[in-house]
Amino acid sequence: MSDLESFRAETREWLEANCPQEMREPVRDEEDVYWGGRNATFKSDAQKAWFEACRDKGYTVPAWPKDYGGAGLDPAQAKVLRQEMSRINARPPLSSFGIWMLGPALLHFGTEEQKKHFLGQIARGEIRWCQGYSEPGSGSDLVSLQTFGEDKGDHWVVNGQKVWTSYADECDWIFCLVRTDKTNKYQGITFMLFDMETEGCSTKPIKLISGNSPFCETFFDDVKVPKSYGEGIPAYVGEINRGWDVAKYLLGHEREMISGAGGGDRTSAIGAAMTRHAAKTGDELDPVMRAELAMFDVDALAYGAMGEKFLDEIKVGKAHPAQPNMMKYVGTELNKRRHELMMSAGGSRALEWESEQTSGGKPSRNWLRTKANSIEGGTSEVMLNVISKRILDLPGS
Amino acid sequence: MPLYHDDDQAMLADTASGFMAEEGNIQKQLRHWRDRDCPDGFGHALWKQMAEMGFTGMLVAEDDGGLGMGHVEAGIVLGEIGRNLTPSPFLTSSVLAATALKHGSDDLRGRYLPGLIEGESVFAVAIDETAKHRPGRIATKAEKSGNGFKLTGSKSFVIQGASADMIVVAARTSGSDEDEDGITLFAVPKDAANMTQDAVRLVDSSVASHIKFDGVELDGDAVIGEVNGGRDILNAVLTAGRVGAAAEGVGVASGAMDMTVDYLKQRKQFGRLIGEFQALQHRASHLYSEVEIARAVVIKTQQLLDAGAESAELMSSVAKAKVAKAAGLAVKEGVQMHGGIGMTDEYDIGLYMKRDRALQEFLGDAYFHANRVAELSGY
Repeated sequence: MSDLESFRAETREWLEANCPQEMREPVRDEEDVYWGGRNATFKSDAQKAWFEACRDKGYTVPAWPKDYGGAGLDPAQAKVLRQEMSRINARPPLSSFGIWMLGPALLHFGTEEQKKHFLGQIARGEIRWCQGYSEPGSGSDLVSLQTFGEDKGDHWVVNGQKVWTSYADECDWIFCLVRTDKTNKYQGITFMLFDMETEGCSTKPIKLISGNSPFCETFFDDVKVPKSYGEGIPAYVGEINRGWDVAKYLLGHEREMISGAGGGDRTSAIGAAMTRHAAKTGDELDPVMRAELAMFDVDALAYGAMGEKFLDEIKVGKAHPAQPNMMKYVGTELNKRRHELMMSAGGSRALEWESEQTSGGKPSRNWLRTKANSIEGGTSEVMLNVISKRILDLPGS
Repeated sequence: MPLYHDDDQAMLADTASGFMAEEGNIQKQLRHWRDRDCPDGFGHALWKQMAEMGFTGMLVAEDDGGLGMGHVEAGIVLGEIGRNLTPSPFLTSSVLAATALKHGSDDLRGRYLPGLIEGESVFAVAIDETAKHRPGRIATKAEKSGNGFKLTGSKSFVIQGASADMIVVAARTSGSDEDEDGITLFAVPKDAANMTQDAVRLVDSSVASHIKFDGVELDGDAVIGEVNGGRDILNAVLTAGRVGAAAEGVGVASGAMDMTVDYLKQRKQFGRLIGEFQALQHRASHLYSEVEIARAVVIKTQQLLDAGAESAELMSSVAKAKVAKAAGLAVKEGVQMHGGIGMTDEYDIGLYMKRDRALQEFLGDAYFHANRVAELSGY
């Protein structure tokens, strides 16, 4: 048996022993997702047991080095773990912007002490992070951001406003783009890290068309941010005034994450399930709808192969550096189409906004939520601009 | 297995790309034979060269004198064939017929495979009996006659049928037209008595035959595999052929897209390069995305097929349908973005459109395969 095959066997055995049955059910709502953080509570004993088993094994961040709370898996092993988890539909033990966003930035730009300090907290689910990027006047044109940190020697005083800060009202710390030099557009931004309990930080949830409030407006009113949290632990990632480099690097990760390239729901076919579901309630889908579902399934399954290829290539540096933009564009447009079809297949029942049988209007709220997919993290139009410029090398864009 | 070419495959891709660009290019092959009204629609000299390169017997087992390679490797050659619009018997002979012959007796393999490997022989595969791909319906009959069979019926649009030294024919040996079982595959030699061919040139300058079998006498040893056991072989032939056609389609799409993106960087209107216009940039970027996905699903399916995975069946239809959509988009955007010159025979972009159209139809179009995806998924 090859090393990889024995790793697969061990992994299978470990998952069998440690992943409770309840954690192999599809995620139904927000409470099924464990985000960690100071104020975290577990929904069930199974959720707690699964998280703790993964935390102790380094499987909340399997590909991170062991020193930083991971399991130190190589790309091939990480793929095996992903496949084995997906085989039993295991839920992610810990979801976190720390894992998806700040972690990769620190791994790439952080000091050794920063990595040990912050990455360990993230891996253990101790601190829940949010991301301060967009501002009311800076959406697609992010680099025009105005939130300003005035240099006071050993600290900055930050004033300004962020918007679309995911779960800011529930988060512990923020990684935040702050202008520190008004005379230099691209090289005048610093990627700061600070505690949301600092005096002067406040948040206000934004109610969306889905009726939910996953995003906030975040206000900074004379927030005092120290420049260092100790020996070798600066309060910023990379260099002062070079935060845009970090932000750009991270946008790649964000786009990859939103693209759903990792598989799961985003790349599965829906035609059979929609047809069965309709039959159960005495409905029959129109032949034209069946055709649309079949065309969708073709696109979804093909996109699944693209996701797999993309992840394989990115691990060995074969993927074009701008490829996450393509994945984000296609993945989000596909997800919107998925939910349009699910609404149509569900008929009037999918319109129910508060009923028990729809778990409080899940189909329609989820459908509305997907409309943000092609806006957040860079709009589809911005993605197409980036592909034109960086991949196709078209002129003047 | 990761979804990119390993070192050996990357080397083959280099070789194949250089060779096809040099010897199989549009000027030397497609236009050359088309403009001479060649009855084959392809050049035998190139076929011989492809044999010298080791391409013709790629899928043939090493014990039979071939290279024993897989569909990833065959797909590499097909991708270059697609990109250069190279007319050749590779897909029909080296992929479809070679897959059928894998199931043939020692005698059949010994009779036909050396010619294929040497680039001396050309084979065709006759399945459909109507203008659309309907492999589920086979009415052509093979009735017991003495020690052999008597073949009666007709086949439509048999690609390169008139050029073929041997035609693999799917015929019914029992049951009725729509039955799954009761199919037998025969290796029918070109000079078989009572077989007549009516060749027609298609939009892409390839040549297809309408074949009539009017009591064609065949020896029992013309049977490929078992009598009444042809459906499984036919399915294997179709899956290999569809994945091969999809690989060629990705080549067509890439060729058309690259040519178009280049044109956007050269053509000036309103005092600017037209590639500066966002209306065209976004469409080109969308096209790029679709072609990348088509490329991914094709290599995924090739690997599944080579690994003998059950899901290769479903994914072959996903791949064929996805490529049909992506390549269709590539050639349509290609002609449109070229503007007026895209409509001229002098420019190659229109040739891509023609080849894509024929390739889409071959072994089932996007509608056929999307429907098959639904059926295989249980709805």
